[in-house]
Amino acid sequence: MQSLSNRAKILEKKPMTLAERAYLPAIFQGLSITLRHFFTKKATIRYPEETRPFSPVFRGLHVLKRDEQGRERCTACGLCAVACPAEAITMVAGERKKGEQNLYREEKYAVSYEINMLRCIFCGLCEEACPKAAVYLQADKMAPPRFERDEFIYGKDRLVEPVSPDTRSKRGIQLTAEQADKLRTQLA
Amino acid sequence: MTFETLGWQGLVILVIFGLSLLIATYCTYAERVIAAFMQDRVGPDRAGPYGLAQPLADAVKMFTKEEFFPGGASKALFTFGPCLAMTTALMSSAVIPFGNAVQFGSTVVHLQGIEINVGMLYVFGIVSLGVYGVMIGGWASNNKFSLLGAIRAASQNISYELAMGLALIAVLMISGTLSLREITLQQASDAPFVWRDIFNWNIMKQPLGFIIFLVCAFAETNRTPFDLPECETELVGGYHTEYSSMKLGLYLFSEYINIFVVSAVMSVLYFGGFNFPFQYEFRDWLASSRGLELITAQNIITVLGAVGLFAKIFAFIFFFMWVRWTLPRFRYDQLMRLGWTILIPLAIFNILLTGGLITTGIIK
Ligand code: SF4
Ligand code: SF4
Repeated sequence: MQSLSNRAKILEKKPMTLAERAYLPAIFQGLSITLRHFFTKKATIRYPEETRPFSPVFRGLHVLKRDEQGRERCTACGLCAVACPAEAITMVAGERKKGEQNLYREEKYAVSYEINMLRCIFCGLCEEACPKAAVYLQADKMAPPRFERDEFIYGKDRLVEPVSPDTRSKRGIQLTAEQADKLRTQLA
Repeated sequence: MTFETLGWQGLVILVIFGLSLLIATYCTYAERVIAAFMQDRVGPDRAGPYGLAQPLADAVKMFTKEEFFPGGASKALFTFGPCLAMTTALMSSAVIPFGNAVQFGSTVVHLQGIEINVGMLYVFGIVSLGVYGVMIGGWASNNKFSLLGAIRAASQNISYELAMGLALIAVLMISGTLSLREITLQQASDAPFVWRDIFNWNIMKQPLGFIIFLVCAFAETNRTPFDLPECETELVGGYHTEYSSMKLGLYLFSEYINIFVVSAVMSVLYFGGFNFPFQYEFRDWLASSRGLELITAQNIITVLGAVGLFAKIFAFIFFFMWVRWTLPRFRYDQLMRLGWTILIPLAIFNILLTGGLITTGIIK
């Protein structure tokens, strides 16, 4: 029959030669192949001791950025949550009180902000949607494996970019004692 | 036999027993590492340094798993199967000469569990008993897959034992004895010619016989490419489908012990056992230039010989695993055809050939 694609190969079933029927040459050939692989470099990456090199545009774990003065940029507008195709982001908005200007950049801020890393598909649409340049996907970090599902819901404590006390003072932020406490519990 | 030599012999038996268990334990580890390496992976490396505690972790796992008895199974036989498999596997290493004699004072200790003049026959008897463990286990499981696996094991072992025995007969024609120790000693040589040592090994006189024996050894130990009794693609787990916990462990363990024993038997029969090249030159050199007593020098040779034998055994064990991760499984009819129409005629031809060569005086 004429084949339509003309790419068919005609196979002949030749009777096996004596060497083929004796199995042993073929077995030695196979053995040499496996032995070669025995000594080749292994492909395994011993995670977590070793990690794969990331691409510079890798989309990993989220971070909520602070501005130059150490204030949270997020204004809880919810655009990221709307943009998120996986519905991984939830937040509760709150109004900034007097005297919290050094903590939050805008008058409205996110009291809680959670990303469920099990739902997230790391598409980066939240990053694109954000008008305040607040949420980013880091190129060098991933959500590490955990045993419990709850532990994959990242709240502000794990998302907001940490500020070390000394950088804070250098940037001229003055915290009241209770604000410092609040921040510390958030960051803990 | 005095009480003292009896004590020493008991110690040797205990050591061999322990060694068999230890080697079988680490075979499970080696199997995984070798498999991984051949597939460009690294294998178990989490438990302890290089994963060396992996067998311990396995043992803990095996012991803590649920003891499961399938419904309608005969409990007594179901338990008896793995015990029998394990016992027979452990028994066969008793007659293997792991080394020559060690002598201190007037005590001579042979590094061998028991020396009997029908050692080879004993090994064969015990090995063929081993299949009962598999058969009883498969039968008692009350599961069609187990039963099929057991039947396969039985017919495979019977078929290949024939060819194996015939290959062995050619060796016996050369050695004229069934004692494994005698066979080993005959393969030693004190002729000065450099290569004489290795040329005196039976492999040089019996290359065809060795290949037949090797192929049959794979079939006898149920290793790939002849692991039809536990062929996962067709029979779930074969004869141990229904087994769990340490009973399964015993089956797997007995398989590794069998590999160890078969490797030891092949090293002894064909590769000179505890002999190694230049042993007599080395002994004389120790005695003359190092000023050691002849007995001490001989003891050193004995220990080195035992180490050498274990090196040979490990090489064979590696070969078993190497083949396992290279070859696919045979089909059952291919297995039977290979056994009955190729190996057995070849073995008979080998006997005739050996007989001819002996009568013409080419080999002795
Ligand atoms: S990366 Fe994509 S899926 Fe993940 S939170 Fe952002 S928008 Fe949602
Ligand atoms: S992260 Fe950006 S987009 Fe999301 S709520 Fe905050 S400001 Fe709006």
